[in-house]
Amino acid sequence: MISLTSPVETRAHHWPAGLKLALLSGATVALFAVETVLGQALFFATMVALYALPGSGFLRAGIDRLRMLWPFLVLIALWHLAIGELAAGALIALRMVTAVGLANLVTMTTKLSDMLRVIERLCAPLRIFGVRPEPIALAMALVVRFVPVLSGKGHLLVMAWRARAARRVGWRILLPFAVIAIDDAEHVAEALRARGGL
Amino acid sequence: MERSLTLVALFAALIAALGLVPKLTLGFGVPITAQSLGVMLCGTVLGAKRGGLAALLFAVLVLAGLPLLAGGRGGLGVLTGPTVGFFVGFPVAAFATGFFMEQMQRMSVAWAAAIASLLGGVLVLYSFGIVGMMMILQKGPVEAALLVTAFIPGDIVKAVLAGLITAGLMRARPAAILSRNG
Repeated sequence: MISLTSPVETRAHHWPAGLKLALLSGATVALFAVETVLGQALFFATMVALYALPGSGFLRAGIDRLRMLWPFLVLIALWHLAIGELAAGALIALRMVTAVGLANLVTMTTKLSDMLRVIERLCAPLRIFGVRPEPIALAMALVVRFVPVLSGKGHLLVMAWRARAARRVGWRILLPFAVIAIDDAEHVAEALRARGGL
Repeated sequence: MERSLTLVALFAALIAALGLVPKLTLGFGVPITAQSLGVMLCGTVLGAKRGGLAALLFAVLVLAGLPLLAGGRGGLGVLTGPTVGFFVGFPVAAFATGFFMEQMQRMSVAWAAAIASLLGGVLVLYSFGIVGMMMILQKGPVEAALLVTAFIPGDIVKAVLAGLITAGLMRARPAAILSRNG
């Protein structure tokens, strides 16, 4: 499965994931503390500059990922035009785009495996409560593996429906789909037990 | 233990797969993404604890950078975007759905699952969603609620479907309905 990490290698790809997450947390806290439009504009400009550093391909990919925000930007613009508080609207809009942009930046420059290692490290203290980190890691690996497997089986179901029915694919296909997920889970559980279990 | 773990993992994968499959079209022409239906099913099938864990596992992997949210979204940006409340609400909604499901042992599976999904998957999830919108867009509760009302009818339909699907699973794979088997 393709993760959201950018294929364009940047310098930040080699920084430790923990450091990037700490920087992101700091930047986000600062971002929400700034209450002036000018301050937010500076943050926004810095974010755009960071995206532009690795080249235009990286910048375009970054902008592409912010596209989901435009309905909200339209809503903010219309709302604040209506109540006549444009400065407040600009502040909220800039902050939202910058906050999402900075967070995406960390995702785009960090490999999935590095991120998963951070999660495993964060799970380690759970040992105190008798939770072992190994099953959690196994569960995460299972999901990563089974998302494409399940989607593939889902597409087969859809094709089987289309081959047999004149009607459009409807909600009824979800029942056999869920049955497939349950059966796969039972098979994997059996396979794990056969290999010594957890 | 193995079975609990694989069921949790496979239902997390099911939430993701339901977000990836092309949109389903209901009889009267309303397209829906089935992702929140997956969250409801986690609760109605696996119960509060395991259902909540399945949705939590899904959420953690989205944050780690997998594009598993409907529309191929994912990564840390989800946490600072306007839909953060819905995202954070997924595990809580699955847990709440499972909790209500477990409270209604005597009711028929279809009714119990539909009501539990309505309470957990719609009421609880939208409460979180609306608070998230209030925080990011800096609006009052009424304005934020207005923004999401358009999606509520679709999610009520999904709660009914969750009831029907859970009842179907009770007939097809009764042993896997952990919310009724303890």
